[in-house]
Amino acid sequence: MKKQRRAFIKKITLASLASALGAEIVFAKNLPKDYLPVFLQEQDSLKALGKDSALKVLNDRPWNIETPIHLLDDKVTPADKMFVRNNGSIPEKIDISTWSLTVKGESVQKEKSYSLSELKSKFKNYTYQLTLECGGNGRGEFYPPTEGNQWGQGAVSCALWTGIRLKDLLEDVGIKKDAVYIGYHGADAHLSGDPKKEAISRGIPIKKAMQDETLLAFQMNGKEIPMAHGYPLRLVAGGYPASASGKWLKAISVRNKVHDGSKMESPSYRVPIEPIEPGTQTAAENMRIIESMPVKSLITHPKSGAEFSLGKTLEIRGHAWAGEEEVSKVAYSIDFGATWQSCNLDKPVNRFAWQHFQTNVKFPKKGYYEIWVMATDENGNSQPMVVPGWNPKGYLNNACHRIAVKVS
Amino acid sequence: MKEEDVKRMIRSVSILGFLLLFLVLSSIGVVLLLQYQPDLVQGWLAKEKSRNSEQISEAFQDEWTPEKLEEVGLVEGEGLQLVLANCTNCHSAKLVTQNRFTREGWIQVIRWMQETQGFWELGENEDAIVDYLSTHFAPEAQGRRMPLEVEWYSLE
Repeated sequence: MKKQRRAFIKKITLASLASALGAEIVFAKNLPKDYLPVFLQEQDSLKALGKDSALKVLNDRPWNIETPIHLLDDKVTPADKMFVRNNGSIPEKIDISTWSLTVKGESVQKEKSYSLSELKSKFKNYTYQLTLECGGNGRGEFYPPTEGNQWGQGAVSCALWTGIRLKDLLEDVGIKKDAVYIGYHGADAHLSGDPKKEAISRGIPIKKAMQDETLLAFQMNGKEIPMAHGYPLRLVAGGYPASASGKWLKAISVRNKVHDGSKMESPSYRVPIEPIEPGTQTAAENMRIIESMPVKSLITHPKSGAEFSLGKTLEIRGHAWAGEEEVSKVAYSIDFGATWQSCNLDKPVNRFAWQHFQTNVKFPKKGYYEIWVMATDENGNSQPMVVPGWNPKGYLNNACHRIAVKVS
Repeated sequence: MKEEDVKRMIRSVSILGFLLLFLVLSSIGVVLLLQYQPDLVQGWLAKEKSRNSEQISEAFQDEWTPEKLEEVGLVEGEGLQLVLANCTNCHSAKLVTQNRFTREGWIQVIRWMQETQGFWELGENEDAIVDYLSTHFAPEAQGRRMPLEVEWYSLE
């Protein structure tokens, strides 16, 4: 029985994942009663979460789902191809007629609550395309290994977010001069089930909260935000680690000190101020909160592993971003970094949106090649070719993306 | 009344009668036992208690078929039942099997969960759990960058 099932799973290639649910019926008589393989449960779950069946479930409690790089080819990331990084459980029941957002904390003049419809109608709506990347994207490459979901490089998205400016809301509430930080509070439950614990309650400095592009969003790509991404209301702070963009938003605390909610403490979403030797620890005082994410790029076409004949001109394309900075140059190498050629690079549609690059590549002879891509931001920072500085939680791996091709 | 109905009635009455008789007899038995052999009864109760904790681990075994263990990447080995009972309540087993640490590293992760995530004390089970994890999920040296893993396909 076990062997049969293994064979059955091995037969399923990535390309035929979509038909996996159909396959379940064909093999049903081989399966013990009431037994559904985890593999198929996962497919069901991906379907229920509105995700493409080729996305990779790293963790199902809480949901952490990664997008294969070649599925990030769209200029605007569609919902079914957007990675999921949850820290707690997705809220079970959401009643938008009673949903409210409360703005509170030491640094508000007076606590104030708003209904969802009030938020939408009282303040001007804005739409921006904003890059959200998990702070731990690329963690799987750090050695010695660091704790957490072992992300490849696909925990990044750039969707179109519609909502109101956080600064407009804060202005309406009235905040005190001593405000330095805001913290968010969501409706997701802590995994331990303890109602007194928040799964995650991070935040952003006031200077980030006051940027035009920092939104309280209620739409993604022109539709209601999908449940896994924070329906009905979330923060979107583009260019920062995505954990700063709180989902299922119920309240905002305006703080007179750095917000001290769950996962604001060291070493969560922090890196050493003074670089440390791999595998060693450092005092909490030597750790800083990650703000703007580093410069990075991905080749989203072709998918790694392409074989083609000599003489073909290969089009490569992808996206590049640099946290709060703009990318000024993208280059590629087909000789393991010995020489670099530049790609065509678009300007961002707005601040904090990823930029698209494209070029045509010719290969001098048959053989195995790796195409490496390296972006450089406007301050002259570029991507390292090897995994960058080790840090205790494995954040900010912006080593260049590589794809393999074979010319025959 | 049809003959069949009468037969059915007789059958029901006799079943009820047997049940009553059984109940009365077993009650008498329990009373007699409590009267003359109280130690034996207490012994049973204690056994029942320990069986409860066995049942809990049995329940885990029921839920964790070999296939499911394989799917999440867990391997058979000493300490597995303790890992299942302690490390899969709050989060997915996949969060365990994705990670690789030395003994010290796994202890650090456990301390972090205890200090910030509401994880309970493991007491005397901690050693066996850490042994299992550091044996089967130990780091493997991988240098600064690994070769690419490639699935080849033909591109038109």
